Amino acid sequence: MSEWVKHDLLDLQDMSKAEIEIILETAKSFKEVSSRDVKKVPALRGKTVVMLFFEPSTRTRSSFELAAKRLSADTINIAASSSSLSKGESALDTARNIEAMNVDAIVVRHSSSGVPQVLSKNLNASVINAGDGCRSHPTQALLDMFTIQEKLGRIGGLKVAILGDIRHSRVARSNIWGLTTMGAEVTVCGPSTLVPPEIEDLGAKINYDIREVIRQSDVLMPLRIQMERQQQKFLPSLREYAKEFGIDKKKLELAKKDVIIMHPGPTNRGLEVSAEVADGEYSVILNQVTNGVAVRMAILYLLLGAKGKSIEGK
Amino acid sequence: MSLLIKNAVIVNADKLAKQPRDILIEKGVIKKIASSIKEEKAKTIDTKGKLVFPGLIDIHAHFREPGEEHKETIESGVMAAAKGGFTTVMCMPNTVPVIDNRSIAELVVNESHRIGLINCIPIGAITKGQNSQELTDMFELKEAGCGALSDDGKCVSDSHLMRLAMEYAKMVDILLIQHCEDHALSSGSVMNEGVTSTLLGLKGDPGLSESVIVARDIELAHYLDSRIHFAHMSLKRSVELIRAAKARGIKVTAEATPHHFTLTEDELKSFNTNAKVHPPLRTKEDVEAIKAALRDGTIDCIVTDHAPHAREDKEKDLDHAPFGMTGLETAVGLAVTELIEPRVLSWSQMAQTMSAAPAKIMGLKNKGAIQEGLDGDVTIIDPDEEWIVCEKDFVSKSNNSPFVGRKLKGRVTETIRAGKIVFQQ
Repeated sequence: MSEWVKHDLLDLQDMSKAEIEIILETAKSFKEVSSRDVKKVPALRGKTVVMLFFEPSTRTRSSFELAAKRLSADTINIAASSSSLSKGESALDTARNIEAMNVDAIVVRHSSSGVPQVLSKNLNASVINAGDGCRSHPTQALLDMFTIQEKLGRIGGLKVAILGDIRHSRVARSNIWGLTTMGAEVTVCGPSTLVPPEIEDLGAKINYDIREVIRQSDVLMPLRIQMERQQQKFLPSLREYAKEFGIDKKKLELAKKDVIIMHPGPTNRGLEVSAEVADGEYSVILNQVTNGVAVRMAILYLLLGAKGKSIEGK
Repeated sequence: MSLLIKNAVIVNADKLAKQPRDILIEKGVIKKIASSIKEEKAKTIDTKGKLVFPGLIDIHAHFREPGEEHKETIESGVMAAAKGGFTTVMCMPNTVPVIDNRSIAELVVNESHRIGLINCIPIGAITKGQNSQELTDMFELKEAGCGALSDDGKCVSDSHLMRLAMEYAKMVDILLIQHCEDHALSSGSVMNEGVTSTLLGLKGDPGLSESVIVARDIELAHYLDSRIHFAHMSLKRSVELIRAAKARGIKVTAEATPHHFTLTEDELKSFNTNAKVHPPLRTKEDVEAIKAALRDGTIDCIVTDHAPHAREDKEKDLDHAPFGMTGLETAVGLAVTELIEPRVLSWSQMAQTMSAAPAKIMGLKNKGAIQEGLDGDVTIIDPDEEWIVCEKDFVSKSNNSPFVGRKLKGRVTETIRAGKIVFQQ
């Protein structure tokens, strides 16, 4: 295994296969930690990790916070509503102030693409992207890949379908970059208004025929349909979307026998995925959430200069 | 006091003089051009090795006063213009409040008279508050000193209202300048729509938003037999529409900015908010089309669309940072580096696109050429000087330029307005 050198985690576009493998390998060890009775190792004792969320999040924020805490780092949370952001301070300004308190890592989520890149250019602390605009959500893609590998034993050669609102999805973009780097074949499928043709330049194929896509895929990943998209007229109606593109029991009959259903959450049950499918035997949605903590522990551990040290307490 | 310019290689739109001449300016007017003039009382400057242009004219800039004086004032804007070689600048009405009535227009006129330095002519709004609801009092705006009308920053979206504006402006005999953007198509966008915007996860503006308005206004101009001037053209498709319209004799004119003949959407890849501009930077193909259009006259003139913004405004994320970049102080360097050096334009064509054509479009009868009897507005350029764009060198109040750090060739050494040196390097 080669050595980890990156100081920030911004996106998967410029990440090599070897680097992704290091993260997934490291995450395996940390998954074991979370299954213990005492779920804590002292790896990052004395380090400070700040969750700087300019956009609401429950799952990702708590997953990062648990990951940091299980590594014994100190954490604080800053949510846009409770800080001075409403007073017109820019993201960079806020981050500079937080860094001045000597923090080691800033986990940032922002509604505008590129904010983590700008912070990373201007700060010394490690910057971890917890989702920026429609661009990138690298830890989600990494935990998705971890889950695929865990469930299907490999990533390379698999056919992965990402379904739904590709246009506005940072999960889709990060997964396309990551999965294609790892040798999987990615197909995107959804209403043509939400699947821009340029997405093929990222390395994914477009297929608007949902049934054909279901038939040929090893992994189905319906994305959350955001309700406000319908107000923006991208969809004729949510009803038509659910009927045509929603994954229900009937459509799933077309799928391969060992297909897995993933979802970055939170799910709109009955819209992009029916309740019986989301809770059914093919679903790995809760495994993804469990694995998220392990993957984020691995990232914090690798980024915060734990290089060379063994994972104490193992 | 009179001014004598010695050894002037005069660059006019119709020709670049073979022999150096002397130019005598008296009482603000070019009195005499001859092979050798002796005038002992006159202040004398020697321009050996340089090129002598008619004073450059920018018919599209933003001077933020009144309302946003922390970004630019008329005074700082005028100083930036003089440094950039401009002797006449027309400033857009999207101030706070908007230049949509006599009192605001007169404020700009009076302030620029007080400063003196260069000619600063306000452009009034087409609609009150630039809200695309009601037409402004155009006779009054013209009387107050507005040289043209535009809702720049916004498009007059309502086709019926635009029709009325064109009919009325024709009677008033004042030029309308359209900011071509179908806001329904461009809403929320921060850059050009295409592969790069998809890659960056940023909302794109399809070029369509520009070309549908260009097409619509060409149709209106044709139907009404009226004039229309298109601001800051950015697209190959727009160029094609304008070229066809001109061939049919429709009275359209158009302008392009240095950034649209120099930069592409790739500038956004580093999330540089200084590259966020309206219309957005487009593709290589569009840049080439704009250059070709300047060369063949489809696009008549070069403007800066100088749009200063304070650092704190541009330090926001891409979605929230304002649109625009400064331009007055880099325009000549960019024109020489990007158009003259690669032989897209000749020196005479530079005089055409940066002085003669804008003077003609705006009806500035005594400007646009170095000729006996015309105004003594002169811009002297060292064609060989290389310089690097530095943030600290801007005299504009703002330095939101994506060209910082870029090496340029060609620099303004003196700007002369009405026979007075208003800038000297």
